[in-house]
Amino acid sequence: MRHRRWVKGAHFIVTLSFMVLLFSGYIILMSHPRLYWGQAGNDLTPALFELPVSRNFHHNGWTRPTPFLHTAGSQVTAGRTYDIFNQNGWGRSTHFLAAWFLVLTGIIYLLMGIFSGHFLRDLLPLKKELNFKLYWRDMTAHLKKMSGVLPEKYGLLQKTTYLVVIFFVLPVIVLTGFTMSPAITAAHPVLLDIFFGEASARTIHFFCFGDLAAVCYHTHRDGGPHRL
Amino acid sequence: MQKKKLISRRKAIGAGLTAVGGLMLGGCYKKPLPPTYGNLLRMGDLLTYVSERTLLPGQKPVRQFSKTEITSFPAVGCINPADPAIRETYSKDYEALKNSNFNDWQLSVEGLVSRPAKYTMADLKKLGEQTQITRHQCEEGWSAIAEWTGVTLSAILQHAGIMPNARFVSIYGYDNYAESIDMVDALHPQTLLAYTMNGADLPLQHGAPVRLRIETQIGYKSVKYVHTLKVTDTFIDPNHDQEAGWSWSTGI
Repeated sequence: MRHRRWVKGAHFIVTLSFMVLLFSGYIILMSHPRLYWGQAGNDLTPALFELPVSRNFHHNGWTRPTPFLHTAGSQVTAGRTYDIFNQNGWGRSTHFLAAWFLVLTGIIYLLMGIFSGHFLRDLLPLKKELNFKLYWRDMTAHLKKMSGVLPEKYGLLQKTTYLVVIFFVLPVIVLTGFTMSPAITAAHPVLLDIFFGEASARTIHFFCFGDLAAVCYHTHRDGGPHRL
Repeated sequence: MQKKKLISRRKAIGAGLTAVGGLMLGGCYKKPLPPTYGNLLRMGDLLTYVSERTLLPGQKPVRQFSKTEITSFPAVGCINPADPAIRETYSKDYEALKNSNFNDWQLSVEGLVSRPAKYTMADLKKLGEQTQITRHQCEEGWSAIAEWTGVTLSAILQHAGIMPNARFVSIYGYDNYAESIDMVDALHPQTLLAYTMNGADLPLQHGAPVRLRIETQIGYKSVKYVHTLKVTDTFIDPNHDQEAGWSWSTGI
């Protein structure tokens, strides 16, 4: 399928920044490869799950935990005695710099997509396309690897996936990123309600990125339109 | 078809100009800014800082939690400046203070204030106490919730008389650690010099006897074992964060 220059340009910048974000995000994850659910989580609270990346996985460099209060079940504190892997100095700054390119290009792309008719013409599925039978047909075709001809128009699965990525996954990634910022949640505490707390937002942020990488891999050669 | 193309090009130019305007925010910002050393990452940090100060209302309080939401809390970085075995963070003065149970601890307020002075703990408490249950957000990726009691930095700075040209406050700790913050964060209603944590005296590994709590920034700005506040009109980087590759401003 042929694209106009601005569509290509936006994809080029977003793809580059996405790769930088993926790399720096992995570096950041390496300093604390534990994910949580809720308002807060750390080495002394239970994790949702731990990822076996970097030497920080399951490290035991802690002093004996001491309770804050003398009552039973008191929360505890412990001091770290282990020199962890941490490259977040350049890791974080690189992540945010790349995020600027993603967000600014994303805003331009959204405005252009709306005003040029790109979204309506190329991405919005036709009313008669929206039925379960056609989804089923495309899905089985995809699984059997029958497509891959790069036709003139987007297929049903492509349209749906691209709409979900543009209007749901990417905004969720940006907003969960915002939710990890204490300055932004001070101004907009509603983010903490939408994403069930900062620690949950970090977990969602992680899954969205993995999800997006998979989407990029799977959809780009999916089949063309149905002859209706 | 031709007409449609023209419109979208005009829109493209408009959108592009808006974006360039956003990137040029830094140039229009009148207040003194930290140096970037020509480093691309520091330029990005600067853009983030200027955007944060331009787009966000500066001093809204962060969310507070209930006592039942308090979590366990790791202590990282320096956990004992009185330990001579760890040379980079050891302080002889701190060891002496600790041996006298911090009775002789004083806070020195210096720089661009009309009444530079040393405050004892009793002097500080006279300026009014504040208690808050807030979330600590570490750059490593973890977070923890605790209750803190202390005196707001703004009460101390106002008591000392901040000069009109004051722009930054540097906070120095006994563990040879220090950070500086701008006046928006320094005067934030929840920026605290805290002396209790979860209702008891601040534990040694969390910065006894007094630590900074800066709730609108990532944890490494909250200096522990505080001994001096210095108010300046130009940016100083007391911990050499910038040269070491760390962002100076960490609201994000």
